[in-house]
Amino acid sequence: MKITGSQIIIEALVEQGCDCVFGYPGGQVINIYDALYQNQDRIKHIITAHEQGASHAADGYARATGKTGVVIATSGPGATNLVTGIATAYLDSVPMVAITGNVPCSLLGRDSFQEVDICGVTLPITKHNFIVKDVNELADTIREAFLIAKSGRPGPVLIDIPKDVQIAQCEFENKPVAPAYEFPKASDEDIEKAAELISKSEKPYIYCGGGIISGNANEEVQKLAEIIDSPIGCSMMGVSAVPVSNPRYLGMQGMHGHYASSMAQAEADLVIAVGARFSDRATGNKAVYVRNCKIIHIDVEAAEIDKNITSQLGINGDVKETLSRIIEKVSPQKHPEWSAEIEKLKETEKQQVESCMNPAEGKDCTLCTSPCSHSGISAAERLNPFKIVDVISEFADKETIIATDVGQHQMWTAQRYPFEIPRTFISSGGLGTMGFGMGAAIGAYTATGKKTVLVTGDGSFGMNLNELATAVSNNVPMIIVIMNNGVLGMVRQWQTLFFDKHYSNTTLDRKTDFIKLAEAFGAKGVRVQTVSELEEAAKNAFAENNGPIVIECLVDCDEFVLPMLPPGGSIDDIITEIHGGEI
Amino acid sequence: MEKYVFSILVSNKFGVLTRVSSMFTRRGFNIDTLTVGETESPEFSRITVSMMGDEYSKTQIIKQLGRLHDVKQVQIMEHDETVTRELLLIKIKNDSQTRQDIMSAVDVFRSKIVDYSPDALCIEITGESSKINAFIELVKPFGIMEICRTGLVALERGSRCLRNE
Repeated sequence: MKITGSQIIIEALVEQGCDCVFGYPGGQVINIYDALYQNQDRIKHIITAHEQGASHAADGYARATGKTGVVIATSGPGATNLVTGIATAYLDSVPMVAITGNVPCSLLGRDSFQEVDICGVTLPITKHNFIVKDVNELADTIREAFLIAKSGRPGPVLIDIPKDVQIAQCEFENKPVAPAYEFPKASDEDIEKAAELISKSEKPYIYCGGGIISGNANEEVQKLAEIIDSPIGCSMMGVSAVPVSNPRYLGMQGMHGHYASSMAQAEADLVIAVGARFSDRATGNKAVYVRNCKIIHIDVEAAEIDKNITSQLGINGDVKETLSRIIEKVSPQKHPEWSAEIEKLKETEKQQVESCMNPAEGKDCTLCTSPCSHSGISAAERLNPFKIVDVISEFADKETIIATDVGQHQMWTAQRYPFEIPRTFISSGGLGTMGFGMGAAIGAYTATGKKTVLVTGDGSFGMNLNELATAVSNNVPMIIVIMNNGVLGMVRQWQTLFFDKHYSNTTLDRKTDFIKLAEAFGAKGVRVQTVSELEEAAKNAFAENNGPIVIECLVDCDEFVLPMLPPGGSIDDIITEIHGGEI
Repeated sequence: MEKYVFSILVSNKFGVLTRVSSMFTRRGFNIDTLTVGETESPEFSRITVSMMGDEYSKTQIIKQLGRLHDVKQVQIMEHDETVTRELLLIKIKNDSQTRQDIMSAVDVFRSKIVDYSPDALCIEITGESSKINAFIELVKPFGIMEICRTGLVALERGSRCLRNE
C-alpha cells in the first residue's frame, strides 16, 4: 500500500527505535505534524519553546541513553535555530538526527518564503546531511542517517525534506535495523607495541575522553588501571566515565582540571589517551604537555590520531575492544614510588580545596556587585559554589542526572560532584554552549525518567530560560539550581586575571527576579542565601515530583574556578590561589 | 613544503564537490588545482587535488577526507609512479612580426593552434605542469591575452587502479 512521505518518516523513525522526538511545528513540516498527530501512541512529541531548545533536548536524550536523539524543525528560521544544537552535538560526538522541512522542490533556490539552504549551512557541523528530493528514497535515507549517526564516532546527521516529498506517496516496507558499521580494529602488532610501551613505563597515566562513555569502555579502562597500577584522569567529556569513588581516579585534567590530575599527567612518562582528542582545554600548551612523556592514543576516529598531538603509538580502533586486548597482553605491574607521588599530589589538592572552602573570616570581597550579601552570615553558613554542589550531591543518588550550562558553575560541578555512573553528567564540552542546559536536561529526563538537576548560572540560564515553559507543560520534575552571582563569572575571571579588572560587559546588573519568573512560567521558585536554606530547599525539591523547581543561590561574584592553567599556558603556570584578584 | 597530488574517488552525487572542497577550506589547507569528472562507472566521480603542504597536512587530509560519507577512496599519488597532465588554452596576440616565432614555439612544444584570427591565436597544449609553465614563459613576450588551465589530472602507472573495493 502506498503511504505519504510524512507517514514514511514516522514509520522509519519507529522502525529505528525512536520513541520520542523534540521539535516545533511550522509551515513546511505541517504534514509531518499531521502524521505525528495520527501516531501519538507510537511516538511522543515534545514541543519546546524554541527550536534551539529542541535540538539540545534531542542531544540530552542521546547523551543520557546513548540512543540517537531526534529533532524536527520547519524550514528557514526553524532550521537555522537548530544550528547551535547541531554544532554542540557535533563537537561532542553525540548521535542525533535532525529533520527539517523545506519549500517544495519547485521553489528551491528561488529565495522562497522561509527557504534556507540548511544542508549548506550545516555542512561543517554534521557527519553528513541529505536533501531528499524523491519520496522513493526517503525511507532508506532516514535509515542511512541513523546508521551514520550511531556508527564509529557518533555525531549529528541532518535530513532536509521538501514539502512535496512529504506529501508524495510510495510503497513502504519495514526493514530490520542495520547494525552499526563495523568498528576499525587494531592490529595485533599495535596491541603488542602498546603492551611493550606500558611494561617499560614507570609512571603511567590514563587519560579518558568522552569516547570511554560513548564506547562503553568504563569497566575496561578501570581494569587496565588496576593491572598496570596507573592513576586515571579525564577530559571534561570524560567526567562520569570513571566513578569518583575509584581511588585511582584523579578527576578532570586541563585548564580547570584537578591539581592532582594535571600534575600527574605532567609527571607521567607514559600517557595512555583513550577516546580523547587532546583538546586545547585539556592539554594547555602542547609542547610542554608532551615534554616528559610518550603517548599511546587509542581512538575510534582515525582523524583524531596525530591531529592535535603526535603520539608514539596511535591505535585506530574501538576503545572497548582495544582495551580488552591490551589488558590480555600486559602483565600486572606495581609502581610504589609513582603511587606515593600521586598520594602526595592528592594530599596537596585536598589542602588547597579546604583552604578555599573555609576562607579566613573577614575575607569579604569589596568589589562585589552581585546580589549576595555576606553580612550577618557565619562562615559555616556562607554559600560557596562547592558547598552548593555538595548539598545537591547530599540529596541526590548516584542515578541522578546532573546537567549543566556553560561557565564557572559547569567547572565547579565537573570538579566537585561525585559522579559514579556514566552518562549522569550532561554538559557541553567542545562547543561550550551557554543555554545548553535547559533543553538538555529536559531531553535527559524525558529519555530516562530519572531525577534531573540542572546546575546553571544566571548568564547561561538567561539564554534559554524560555524552556521553563516546556518543563512545566511536560511536568518535568527537574531541579534548576542557579548560581546567581550577577556577572558572567568565567569571562570576569579572565578580566580579573588578564585584563586589569576591566569588567567590560560582564557585570549584568539585571533586575530579574528569578522566583517571580519561575512562578510566571508556572514553576516553583525559592531563593537561598545560606547553607541551611539551601539544604531545606534541596530536601523539598528532591521530595517533590511534580514539575520543575528553581532554586536560586546567591553567590559571590569573585569566586574563582581554580586551579587554572592560563590560556596557552602549561602546568608550569598553574594558578592555585588568587588573593584580591592577584595571582 | 612539498607538492602533493591526491586522487579521491567519490559518489557521483549532487553537492559532493562542495563537501570535499569545503573540508580543505575549513581545516586551513590550500588547494592549488582541483579537477573533477565522472569515472568509468557513472556511480563515481574522481577528484584530483594538487597542493603544497607538509607531512602533517598530507596525513590529516587523507584522514579528514576519509570521514566524509561520500568519499570512497583516497590515494596520495607518488610523483615517480604517476602520470600527470594538464591542459592549457592560451590566447596570444597575432601580428605579422611575431607570427613565425609563435609558430616555431608551437612546433617545438608539440602544441596546436586551435583558433586563428587576424589579431589573435588560440593555442592548446597538454603536458606536465612544468612544460605548461615553460611554454607560458616562452610566449610571454608575444603578448598573452588570456589563459585558461585545467589543473592536474593524474593516473598511477602500471595496472593498479583507484577502485572502490
